[in-house]
This record gives sequence, structure tokens and C-alpha cells, in this order.
Amino acid sequence: MEISIFEAVGPIMVGPSSSHTAGAARLGRMAAKLVGQPFTHVDFGLHGSFAKTYRGHGTDLALVAGVLGMYQDDENLSKSFEIAKEKGITYHFYETEISGAHENTVCMSFLMQDGNTREIIGSSIGGGQIKICSIDGFPLDMSLNMTTLLVINKDTKGIIYQITRTLAANDINIATMKLTRQEKGAMACCVIETDSEISESVLRELTEIPAVETVKLIN
Amino acid sequence: MYHNLKELLQQAEDHEVLLSEIVLQNEIEQFGTAKDKIYQKLEERYDVMEKAAVRALGERLETAGNLISGIAMQQNEYTAKGQTLCGEFMNTAMAMALSCSEVNASMGRICAAPTAGACGIVPAVLISIEKARNCSKEAMLNAIMTSSGIGTIMMKNATIAGAEGGCQAECGVAAAMAAAAGVELCGGTPSQSVWAAVLALVNCMGLVCDPIAGLVQVPCAQRNASQTVNALTCIDLAMAGMTLPVTPDEVVESMYKVGRMLPPQLRETAQGGLAATQSAQKIQKKIFS
Repeated sequence: MEISIFEAVGPIMVGPSSSHTAGAARLGRMAAKLVGQPFTHVDFGLHGSFAKTYRGHGTDLALVAGVLGMYQDDENLSKSFEIAKEKGITYHFYETEISGAHENTVCMSFLMQDGNTREIIGSSIGGGQIKICSIDGFPLDMSLNMTTLLVINKDTKGIIYQITRTLAANDINIATMKLTRQEKGAMACCVIETDSEISESVLRELTEIPAVETVKLIN
Repeated sequence: MYHNLKELLQQAEDHEVLLSEIVLQNEIEQFGTAKDKIYQKLEERYDVMEKAAVRALGERLETAGNLISGIAMQQNEYTAKGQTLCGEFMNTAMAMALSCSEVNASMGRICAAPTAGACGIVPAVLISIEKARNCSKEAMLNAIMTSSGIGTIMMKNATIAGAEGGCQAECGVAAAMAAAAGVELCGGTPSQSVWAAVLALVNCMGLVCDPIAGLVQVPCAQRNASQTVNALTCIDLAMAGMTLPVTPDEVVESMYKVGRMLPPQLRETAQGGLAATQSAQKIQKKIFS
């Protein structure tokens, strides 16, 4: 995969650590985007180096800032605890071990306004770059540097054809595509990175495919 | 498109252009970003770098535990007295690197290059040369482009994460990026740029990541200063004609392998090196209790 020069020099961010601060803010922000609905509480389970060094790097401030939608170069990032309080969002940090996970990994459990819980695990892999490793138990590998589609669907024959046909008909080229499923015939998850933007109407078309449960677009 | 230093250099030599031109064309081709947009983003980075390099020269910034508060101003005041051993050029360069590190540790705004922990080296080296050689803004943006191109090759073929490769992967790679760009600013050839980059890596191979109390302060700030000096000396070494009896890509590969050989205690976990000393343990207790 080609790497942009702006990943080597960049991001513009508030310190002190690209992996432990900027990457953490980005993980939080992307996780909140992926859950996509209002939430009231987040539990952050910190693994490896995140668990050992988070206080000194402001990893905790950055994660909370991220789930509140703040970017990594926001100079208010260090005030995220106060901002969360104003917004009525609570949070809790604990240390955990996630087997086989990258040193800088966090498990974020969102308590949604509707009472459901959503769980996203992600790693900060250096230089502010991140990887989303799982969503609600689906193992994934998303860097979210490109336009990314996340499709949750029933594991049925021809579903991939229907999704890719819809994209092709709208002149959208697929760069990468990864599939995982819980078990045969159960729910499946499809992560598609595309070379071009995806419009609302294409999202609607995808959502109308009968076996498709949800479609999420991350730009 | 290039996958390693050899290919990047080959393309520059084939087209008789600087490395920055190949890096620019590659960015346009691979990501479809317009040339204007690329220069605009480079300028944003340059502005952030320049501000961070001077901000702490005249102001003491609060950091967690205040382990490095005031060090940039201290170096700057010492330089101003005119009694330095290494001269104003080298001392001002070190002061600017320390300033970036101090800004970073105070949760101020910096540009990661390639990481936040190493954010002082590329600005300190390039701005020092800009002042000494009166470089144009365009030349500066192209220099940042070259350093970025070198950085992407390190990301592809090695690592820039201290947790994976130690400090050599952060401050070492930053020195490599700065050295290659510095050669270009000084009028050197693409080949000299590449040799300057890998000489910088060679000079710090095996450097461990052992931050006291896990904070990006000590020895990160000191290593920003020393790797700035490393980069500056490698520019002169390469421009004098220094090469190595190994290929540049073999150096990158070696750096990566050495990084993987480092025990986890010496890779950003604050469990080895300086971080494991009694004094460091006391500091850690004091800050986090």
C-alpha cells in the first residue's frame, strides 16, 4: 500500500506523542463515527504501552477528546475532561490485556442512548496512524486513510456481487476489500476502501439490498 | 512509484531532477492530489514547524512534571552570550530542536516528523540551513517534501514507531529525513541526499527508547538536539563524498532488524534504560501518585 508524504511529515497535532496522543484522539473520533449514534458513557480498556504510560502522554485526555469529535490538532484537547462533563458524557479507564494485540491498543465500549452497548477495539500503530481491529466482535483491519465503507450483512450467497455491482454501476472503483463473518449463515462484515467519494444515493442503494443490515461510510 | 531508496534515487538520476521532484510526482500520481494542494499542505506544516521552533526560546513552558521546562530558553540564552564551543549555528539549531520538544511536551501544537517525540529535528535542521544559506520559501517546501519521501520509505521498509524499533526509528529516522532534505537545500546531489540519510541512521543504530516516567521529555528532548547535530554533520559528510560499503537500503533493513531485536523494555515501555534507574522511578512515583 502506498503511503502519503503527509503521513511521514504530519499530522499537525498537539503533543506529546503521535502514537499515544494524536493516534489516541483519532481512534476515539473514528470509533465514535463508527458507532454513529449518540452515547452517554464510554469505558476505555487500555492494553500494553497504553496501559503503562497513558497518564504521562495525555492518552486519556486524547481518547475522550476523540470520542467527543475533536481532532488531534485541537488546542482544547487537554481540556476534554471538562468538555465531556459539560456535554454530560461520562467515561472510565481501566487496564486490560488483549491477547495478541499491538502494544498501543484500546477497547472502547460505548453505552448508547438507546441502552445498547457497542464495542470497538483499535490500535495506534505509530506516527498518528491507526488500525481498527474489531467492531462488536467482528475482526477487522481498517486504517481509515481512504474512503471506507463498512457493510454489515447476512451471510448469504451473492451478497458480495450485489454490493460490488452497485458500486461498479456508480463508477466507484474498489481499492481493497475484506470479508469476515461470525459463522456460516450468520452475520458478516465487509470493509471496502474505494478510490472515490461515495454519495448519499449510493449509500441508499446499498442499504436497500435485502440482506444488508447496516451501511456506514467513513470519509 | 518507488519502493525503496534505490528506486527513488534511480528515478531522480534518470530524469536528472532532485528527489523532491520525484516525491512530488509520486504523490500526485498515487493520491490524485493537485500540485497546489500539496504545496498548501506543505506550507501549513512549515508554519507549524517554524512557530514550534521559536516558541519556547523566549518562554518557559509547563510540562507534566516539568522535566524539560525552560531548557530551550536556557540553550538560547547560552548561545546569545557568544561563548559556545560549537558556534552559534550548531547551538541555535539545538535550541530550536529543544523548543519543539518543549512545545510538544506542554501539549502545544507541533508537526510530527515523523513522530511527535522526534518533532524537533526536521525543523531545527531545515530552518538552520534556511537562515545560513538564505533559502527561498519554495526551496524550504521542497526540502520538507524530500524529507517526507524519505520518511515514507522508512515507514514501508522499516518502522517509525518507538514501540516497535526504539528511538532509532523515531529520532534516527527524523535525522535521516532532515539530512536528505538538508543536502538538497545545500545544493547537493540526489545520491548525496540518500547517503546523508543512511549515514544518520548508521550513527544512531540501536538507539533505545527509554523515556523517564513514560513521558516524552527525557531523554527525548536531548535526543532531538543530538540527532539534529547528527543530521547536520551527515550533510557535510555526504557532501564531502562519504559513502558506505553497504547499500542504502541495506542500512534501512538493518535498522529495522536491530529494532526488532531490542527487548520490549527498551521500546517505549518505560521499563529499561534511563527509565529503569532509581532516579527515574522516584520521578515516576512523584508525578503519578
